[in-house]
Amino acid sequence: MFDYDKWQEIFETIRKHKLRTFLTALGVWWGIFMLVILMGAGSGLENGVVSQFGSHARNSMYVWTQRTTKPYAGLPAGRYTQLRDDDIQAIEDRFGNMVEYISPRLFVPSGEISYGLNKGAFSVRGETPDLRFIEAIVIVEGRFVNEIDMAQKRKSICIGRRVRDVLFEEEDPLGKYIRINGAEYQVVGVFRTDQSDEEDVKESEETIFMPLTTAQQVTNRPGEVAWFVCTVNPKYRVAELEEGIKDVIRERHKIHPEDPQGVRSNNVEEEFRQIMGLFTGIRILVWIVGIGSLLAGIIGVGNVMLIIVKERTKEIGIRKALGATPTSIISMILMESVFLTFIAGYLGLLASTGMIALLKAFIGDGGAFFSNPQVNLGAALGAMFILVLAGALTGLVPAIQAANIEPVQALKDE
Amino acid sequence: MIKLENIRKSYTTGFNTLEVLKGIDLEILEGEFVSIMGSSGSGKSTLLNILGILDAYDQGNYYLGDILVKNLSQTQAARLRNQHLGFVFQSFNLLAFKSAWENVALPLYYQKIPRAERRERALKYLDRVGLLDWADHLPTQLSGGQQQRVAIARSLITQPRMILADEPTGALDSVTSHEIIKLFKEVNEEGITVVLVTHEHDIAEMTNRTIFLKDGLIDLE
Repeated sequence: MFDYDKWQEIFETIRKHKLRTFLTALGVWWGIFMLVILMGAGSGLENGVVSQFGSHARNSMYVWTQRTTKPYAGLPAGRYTQLRDDDIQAIEDRFGNMVEYISPRLFVPSGEISYGLNKGAFSVRGETPDLRFIEAIVIVEGRFVNEIDMAQKRKSICIGRRVRDVLFEEEDPLGKYIRINGAEYQVVGVFRTDQSDEEDVKESEETIFMPLTTAQQVTNRPGEVAWFVCTVNPKYRVAELEEGIKDVIRERHKIHPEDPQGVRSNNVEEEFRQIMGLFTGIRILVWIVGIGSLLAGIIGVGNVMLIIVKERTKEIGIRKALGATPTSIISMILMESVFLTFIAGYLGLLASTGMIALLKAFIGDGGAFFSNPQVNLGAALGAMFILVLAGALTGLVPAIQAANIEPVQALKDE
Repeated sequence: MIKLENIRKSYTTGFNTLEVLKGIDLEILEGEFVSIMGSSGSGKSTLLNILGILDAYDQGNYYLGDILVKNLSQTQAARLRNQHLGFVFQSFNLLAFKSAWENVALPLYYQKIPRAERRERALKYLDRVGLLDWADHLPTQLSGGQQQRVAIARSLITQPRMILADEPTGALDSVTSHEIIKLFKEVNEEGITVVLVTHEHDIAEMTNRTIFLKDGLIDLE
């Protein structure tokens, strides 16, 4: 139902008071614009930081040993301990399926690594097949090191994308042999990382993985492990198992239970939770600030409606004398304020989403700390709904005031 | 048509209570052309407002036809005004941003009559007051007399039983005033009751019956 006269009223009032309408609408427009921009910026920041983690398992932790600082069980302080395969086995035995994946690793010191005439310096690590379920490793070509490689101590390697680019350039690396420390290793796969931080990408993709068993053999460190990374069963939090796992190592290596240095760990889950907690804070702040500015705009609309009603006292008096019911007056004023807030809010929504799209086009996924800003459509529409509702509520007070104007009083008002 | 029984009305301003109408008994028959005269402060405008259900009274009874107009809600009052009464004011009270025909059609809007029909009927009444060619003009583009004729067309459009005019010629020169009163006379001759408030004797003399108010009471007829 398109009520021509009612809309004519609204457009007339707006047309006759351009500046006032504009300033009021600007308040609402700015409110919604700020709210959406802030939400977009918040999400961009969040996406940026989260993408730094890539697909790296959130529920993981790294564990390693360091020089002890306390004497224990008759052993002096300042001892070095060496993690071994049996430690890993002991943890698996003790925790069973509470530990999801566990991947010990060993570094292979390497000099120049070459293929034909191409040479480079890359980090070489012995790993177990489980690693690709923990770290942000994405296989691009071929495969990762597997159990057969492990069992047979094969000289099979999976190389990072940058390693391939340096050594093979345009050539297909699969099945080719690379020379590391004078021995030939066959390339079985190429991987990349989906983490976004440039340093992380560089470090990860300039790495060569070989089976842990092979690494132990070629470094002449049978059974030895430099450190390990593990994930816990999703039913548990890392923090719940962290100390227990470290205790197993402490027991086995006679490290003082309260030695802060003997066994160290890095709880990725806790780190991630702290960052996410920060974003929860940012999100709350965004809503407080956004809703605050929205509210200011809405109150502005209500204020202007009050002035409009004062100004139109006489007109309302005439209308009432001619038979306008209070309801018809209320609906006239209400429609005006809802219309004003809706149009202004809608334009604010358009402008801010346009702005965010523009921002996205400029920054895209490239930024390490800010990427892919987006607006939650539901939240934006929710804000819009609140806006229209609030417009109606702020319009209601002046509308009722208008409806109660005595026609006699209004007509006297020259 | 209209019967007033001992109507009293007082206004309170601050600590002072001013009794404006001190017991009015009045009967106006269907089809009468009545003028109400009196000095300012005599209560003639208040009386007209009560007749127009624009204002409430404190005591007494007011019958409009068979209807007792008492303790009405705003909505009920609005309905009665819309269906039975037409108003003409001294200062015309046209809406400045509406064209002549839209002003005339406004009461029909509150009867929820479709726009096309409103326009048709408005043009008919504008033709009747001789302003068909000015239908699309805004009030500011019309002379005072023309504006008042638009206002009369507006008061007639709902085919009311009674037209109430509060000093309809107060803002007009004497030639125009007489034209307007002539128009009221024509309206009256069609059977519509006309009640007008004036303080000009020559205007009052053109009506069929004149009521003089003095200090809130009917002085003489």
